[in-house]
Amino acid sequence: MIGNKQIITIKGTREGLTLHMDDACSFEELLKELEEKLEANRIDSADHLVGVHIQLGNRYLYEEQEETLRRMITSKQRLRIESIHSDVITKQAANEWKEEAEVKAVSRVVRSGQVLEVKGDLLLLGDVNPGGCVTATGNIFVMGNLLGIAHAGKDGNADAVIAASYMNPTQLRIANYISRAPDHESDGVYMECGHVDEEEKKIIIDRLQAVIRKRPGISSFERRMLNG
Amino acid sequence: MGEAIVITSGKGGVGKTTTSANLGTALALMEKKVCLIDTDIGLRNLDVVMGLENRIIYDIIDVIVGRCSLKQALIKDKRFDHLYLLPAAQTSDKSDLTPDGMEKIVAELKPEFDYILIDCPAGIEQGYKNAVAGADKAIVVTTPEKPSVRDADRIIGLLEQEDIESPKLIVNRIRNHMVQEGDMLEVDEIVQVLSIDLLGIVADDDEVIKASNHGEPVAFHPNTKASIAYRNIARRILGESVPLMNFESEKGMFSRLKKLFSKSK
Repeated sequence: MIGNKQIITIKGTREGLTLHMDDACSFEELLKELEEKLEANRIDSADHLVGVHIQLGNRYLYEEQEETLRRMITSKQRLRIESIHSDVITKQAANEWKEEAEVKAVSRVVRSGQVLEVKGDLLLLGDVNPGGCVTATGNIFVMGNLLGIAHAGKDGNADAVIAASYMNPTQLRIANYISRAPDHESDGVYMECGHVDEEEKKIIIDRLQAVIRKRPGISSFERRMLNG
Repeated sequence: MGEAIVITSGKGGVGKTTTSANLGTALALMEKKVCLIDTDIGLRNLDVVMGLENRIIYDIIDVIVGRCSLKQALIKDKRFDHLYLLPAAQTSDKSDLTPDGMEKIVAELKPEFDYILIDCPAGIEQGYKNAVAGADKAIVVTTPEKPSVRDADRIIGLLEQEDIESPKLIVNRIRNHMVQEGDMLEVDEIVQVLSIDLLGIVADDDEVIKASNHGEPVAFHPNTKASIAYRNIARRILGESVPLMNFESEKGMFSRLKKLFSKSK
């Protein structure tokens, strides 16, 4: 260890403890100091669990390393890990993140029996015919007739929306919510948008303008950052 | 060098075979050399509609496995010297027919004929794949009913993956009075959903059934509605621009008025 520069700095905040961990030393050194620190500062076992936020700086943790770290912190003391934050991610993770945040433009007709799956948002220039299906992990925008099935927020994002120039779908699905067309034949609606209503816990279809008001961050990058 | 056109629909019973027989006849009437190929192994019909059933000696499977030459299997039509039929097998093992075999046969026929019409079996399995294999173009037949339009949509999706020109649509068996009363899908609506070019519309005509039973395609008789429709389609295949039948104007007035009202509301 170089001089007496601390590898781990502990700060107490209202949300609990924040552990700033130096990112220049080796992981073993980090663990060693962490162990010492944890031994030194005993917290009375009668106390309730204290939340811990870990700041790793420019250090990337492998899964096993993260596991070791978690185990050490939670086993030695009455601590609960709230978050582990690192300033770096792998290229792979970054690519996935980017994919999630992108709007994929596709121009074709999704016909009966066909499935179009994308990561991120889908902008479809064309129709989804009855029997066809489009899915996206983000929002779905159809510049055409949506007559088949659309599934937005496929990985569980209930904030996703489905908008279409002409909307007369067989089914709309958002995250785990499903709604279907009424049993009687109905005319579709123009320029409307399906989204999950939190209070009623179901998918409702409303005018595009109204939905934009409810989901102001629909296209902003921050939303994607938070979700990412 | 001729052109191979596959006639397909996905759903059964919408009139693929009737369309094949009538387009073949109509093209033959216009002095074109035409060969019809029935690829519905085990359920052959095209020979019956053409009235050539009793002349079959060899069939397409015999050609594939080499029991006879292609020339030997071709049956000349009763009415035209330049219209031929290559019949499907009724009893042979249908797995003998492969896309490769089909391609070979079509390639062998192309220099001899102006048009090769391939009658496709219903479904999207092996039979469909065989029928599509040798084709340059495709015609999708549908009727103004939802299930049939749905299947047509599916077939168009599959055809788009093949190395084939964008398929053309024939809407078959349109019943005037039902369309007028709004009980049948309208042609415009079908074309809009399927988003491919419309090649023609054919009225539901009792004469078609009568003709099938007599083994004489309706297109051979000049005066029925269906016959005129098929001939118009044949002319469009030849590249002429023929307006959609008077049928349209016949259906006209009433539904046009209706449309006007529904638009203005």
